[in-house]
Amino acid sequence: MADGIGARVKRKEDKRFITGAGKYTDDVRSENQAFAAFVRSPHAHATVTAIDDEAAKAMPGVIAVLNGAELTGDGIGNLICGWAITSKDGSGMNMGAWSALATDKVRYVGDAVAVVIADSAEAARDAADAVDVTYDALPAVAATAQALDAGAPQVHENAPGNLIYDWELGEEAATDAGLAAADHVTSIELTNNRLSPNPMEPRSAVATYDAAEEHYTLYTTSQNPHVARLVLSAFYQVAPEHKLRVIAPDVGGGFGSKIYIYPEEIVCLWASMKTKRSVKWTSSRSEAFLTDAHGRDHITTAQMGFDSQGKITAFKVDTIANLGAYMSLFSSAVPTYLYATLLAGQYDMPAIHCNVRAVYTNTTPVDAYRGAGRPEACYLIERIVEKAARELNMDPAELRRRNFIETFPHQTPVIMNYDCGDFHGHLEKAIAAADVAGFAARKAEAAARGKLRGLGYSTYIEACGIAPSQAVGSLGSGVGLWESAEVRVNPVGTIEVLTGSHSHGQGHETSFAQVVAERFDLPIENIQIVHGDTDKVQFGMGTYGSRSGPVGLSAIFKACDKVELKVKRIAAHLLEANEEDVYCEGGEVKIRGTNKSLGWHEIGLAAYTAHNLPDGMEPGLKEGAFYDPINFSFPAGCHIAEVEIDPETGVVEIVKFTAADDFGTLINPLIVEGQVHGGIAQGVGQALLEQAVYDENGQLLTGSYMDYSMPRADNLPSFDIAHNSVPSPSNPLGVKGCGEAGAIGSPPALMNAITDAIGTEDIAMPATPAVVWRAIQSTHTAQAAE
Amino acid sequence: MANISMTVNGVSTTRDVADHTLLVEFLRENLRLTGTHVGCDTSQCGACTIHLDGKAIKACTMLAVEADGAEITTVEGLANGALHPMQQAFNDNHGLQCGFCTPGMIMAGIDMVNRYKASGQRLDEAAIRHELEGNICRCTGYHNIVKSIADASAKM
Amino acid sequence: MHATNYYKATSASDAANKLDAAEDGMILAGGQTLIPTMKARLAAPSDLVALRMAGLTGITRTGTEVTIGAMTTHAEVGASGDVPACLAALARGIGDPAVRHRGTIGGSVANNDPAADYPAACLALGATIVTNIREIPAADYFQGMFDTALDEGEVITAIRFPDPERGAYAKFPNPASRYAMVGVFVAQTGGDIRVAVTGAGESGVFRHAGIETALAADFSAQAVDGVSVSADGLLSDLHGDAEYRAALIKAMAKRAVEAI
Repeated sequence: MADGIGARVKRKEDKRFITGAGKYTDDVRSENQAFAAFVRSPHAHATVTAIDDEAAKAMPGVIAVLNGAELTGDGIGNLICGWAITSKDGSGMNMGAWSALATDKVRYVGDAVAVVIADSAEAARDAADAVDVTYDALPAVAATAQALDAGAPQVHENAPGNLIYDWELGEEAATDAGLAAADHVTSIELTNNRLSPNPMEPRSAVATYDAAEEHYTLYTTSQNPHVARLVLSAFYQVAPEHKLRVIAPDVGGGFGSKIYIYPEEIVCLWASMKTKRSVKWTSSRSEAFLTDAHGRDHITTAQMGFDSQGKITAFKVDTIANLGAYMSLFSSAVPTYLYATLLAGQYDMPAIHCNVRAVYTNTTPVDAYRGAGRPEACYLIERIVEKAARELNMDPAELRRRNFIETFPHQTPVIMNYDCGDFHGHLEKAIAAADVAGFAARKAEAAARGKLRGLGYSTYIEACGIAPSQAVGSLGSGVGLWESAEVRVNPVGTIEVLTGSHSHGQGHETSFAQVVAERFDLPIENIQIVHGDTDKVQFGMGTYGSRSGPVGLSAIFKACDKVELKVKRIAAHLLEANEEDVYCEGGEVKIRGTNKSLGWHEIGLAAYTAHNLPDGMEPGLKEGAFYDPINFSFPAGCHIAEVEIDPETGVVEIVKFTAADDFGTLINPLIVEGQVHGGIAQGVGQALLEQAVYDENGQLLTGSYMDYSMPRADNLPSFDIAHNSVPSPSNPLGVKGCGEAGAIGSPPALMNAITDAIGTEDIAMPATPAVVWRAIQSTHTAQAAE
Repeated sequence: MANISMTVNGVSTTRDVADHTLLVEFLRENLRLTGTHVGCDTSQCGACTIHLDGKAIKACTMLAVEADGAEITTVEGLANGALHPMQQAFNDNHGLQCGFCTPGMIMAGIDMVNRYKASGQRLDEAAIRHELEGNICRCTGYHNIVKSIADASAKM
Repeated sequence: MHATNYYKATSASDAANKLDAAEDGMILAGGQTLIPTMKARLAAPSDLVALRMAGLTGITRTGTEVTIGAMTTHAEVGASGDVPACLAALARGIGDPAVRHRGTIGGSVANNDPAADYPAACLALGATIVTNIREIPAADYFQGMFDTALDEGEVITAIRFPDPERGAYAKFPNPASRYAMVGVFVAQTGGDIRVAVTGAGESGVFRHAGIETALAADFSAQAVDGVSVSADGLLSDLHGDAEYRAALIKAMAKRAVEAI
């Protein structure tokens, strides 16, 4: 079929979005809809001494004002963290309690203290403003670098010194020895800037309690509705799992921030039961800045040793990771198993040691954001390798070539076992596409115009398709990370595929259908993908970590195997042929070497009428499968950024951005390239524009688009994307995952280009015009002094 | 309260609204035209972009009463049997992912093409990128949005 | 947004009367600043007096002057062949296309946001602010951040600009908000050179005497290069400190001169 694997099929789901018929959570309106508005702390750290809600309760349209004492009184559990990290001394995490509504203390600006339920969103907001909370303000700590200081304000009593865990990975003695034996050691200090995720659809929840059925329905902006249902029922005791339906309808982007089950969803469900009304809450963008889990926020020092040939001898890393005021659902795993395990990069490193201290601060909780740990690892490796090349007076491409891993499988010193790759191939393809050979002439031409031109590399690798359940379980994960699927052939021969993956922009309704179309040689129109509803799909772990291709699609593939077996048996029976001679072609089921065939409608009808099936065969034609990956997949590639800087203003123009990526088998290159574009744009955002900034009192200074710089169309070039695909041997389709690569690979390429242009390594992300201008001034001052 | 009348997607509409009702609230909540979205509260994201008397405006930054007597087109009103060339171009060029900013992008795209054609200016890539200053997308990196608008511009 | 009462004024004097009668009334022009401010609950006027039916639109040229009605949108000014080209170009750079379709020159000048573009044009071009009761020279009108010479109940009806011999505006946008972080309008009118700076000053728009003097002697970018721009009195925020803004003033002034 023309619409199978590898075809640039236009998206099936587009029609509803381009005609305004998409159905997002805020578009849902229940009968008798009530609305929630949260009373949030204006303090970063304070004791709540009193909540006076009398005036609010008396306001028109107000149904209820509820607080944390009532919430915990009703047995609603504290928020959990789903991955237990063990410190190097063997102790567990020092985790503070997080109630969906604060009971005694607030720990960040935006921490919810109470909720108003009213007949209109406006009445709820007005009444929330009228709830009089008395706070006893406490000193706050916001900066990552200050969290561990002696005398720093304590965020949680059971996390002394604000230390959540002190964890390590790799062999410290071997690493120290490798550094000691090195001919050259390059050192670096880096900050990985805190980001606000900003999917364009703000979070929203509509919770409806049906008293007669004692049943709850929750529409929510989730990347993983089944995980939400599990956590809401098993841990928060909001509703029993079999009495809770969670629907994640059209979701307007996630980037990680919609993985987590937030206080607002818990409170809406609980408030719906309390008030016997359907309760809706939709975040404003201002609330989103305060409450959507932030990303990144590391401070790192590192040393990398090299021998006389430029071969890496050891890599030592010390990181402080800021997890904010509370431990969000997967927060603990991000700066550990999603970060330190990737520190080998694309290089054959004999020894690596990484120490990570996770800390509490009086800031918004931090969790996975597009890339989650891997961008932090990649940024560190690719900045230090580029810096080393400059110190060694080597071509940065050549230094990389000397260290690339060339044989597979390759066991790194930090858990990961790379299954395949072609790192030289990505680099050479990108070098050719970026015309690196012509760079010197372009730099000279720019200099004649008074502009500073620079070129930077990033040869990234990441781990997708999280993850083998047994392996993650042994490392502390509270869940298995398989995926499920069900393939239903209807009596008329059309197919529905139910998947536990969730699409919030990834285009699964098209790409997943392509795989089934290819598999059975059927028109793509005959295949419908169903996702996002716990009443329809039996279970699923959801979409994050670029896992929908490697894991979700593999589950579908496995279910297709089972369907195919049954189809062959039915066809062989009906057409009096051998099963091995049955094959699918041109929308029919055929017998090799004959002109006999059956339409899928005939197979379907036979299966469901069950008038004439092989002896002992169950009626029906529907098969399910759970797929547990045997390994991560390892997308890799090379990004090359070329920038031109105006020294007068510090403005960085990206004149060319080239990516040569290996995502294994490409299901739909159109969609894959779109994922890469978006990922690079978020990487550009991190490198040049974005940062969540707190003042010393823990007030968020970048609380709206007036101060948080989102990438606009005119900040970006068109991207030059090439593929250098090496199919993964670790899953049946050979796919690797493409959702995060752009955000992982691009920041170091950009920063390496900027440092190349201005001649100093001393510049931090985001390299805003003011920051770049200042770095240029400092360099000139330093040069003048020499 | 005010009694307001306007033509929305070709249909005459009269409603009573509170004076401080935003036009976007009126469209979404009163008329249930939920294709127009709200992505920010500072008039920057453009997800709420509609056409008021043929010009792109941000429906989150205007009172419904100010639209009394106006002719309004939302994303729901574009397809007239067939898709509008701008809608088609977004599908053809993979100009959308999550779809949330898309209605605003399409309305802004049509507006810019109309203005450039009316004034005889060339709508090249740089011009499209500049014209999109008031529309934020987090998914696509704008690459395919720019392509979509350029494609539609050639066909409109 | 808090509840408010909306009134349509039929003229500027009607607007003034309605404003007078209101407990805590405000004029609603294009609303591109006021509505977001009300949404953020930073403004909660009891009454809004809308000018859209007050007959204050239109661009009229008389000899070497152009009068722009207060309710004329940025898009209309930007597309007009009757206004000085440098002013039209400035209008085409305010906000984004959708904002330009609603935002008005009168609203912008009345609000006097320290990062707005029009105040620089008014000051550099020597505009006259025309209200329902008097005419105010731009030099006397802008009195600090969000502060103007307008009295209670006074309504801007038009802004009048003399044609300059030459002029240009160069803006460096704030990377987040896209308002002017520094905007410099350089104009020569009747032999006088005026350089007005917006976005940078702690007290709103101001004229830069040093650059004016340098340009009077030698109207060139090189002349600007020789000027020392002090950071004193300039804004510092997370997007750039006063020193950076001082550097941008010079850079934008040069660009404006080069664009002429």
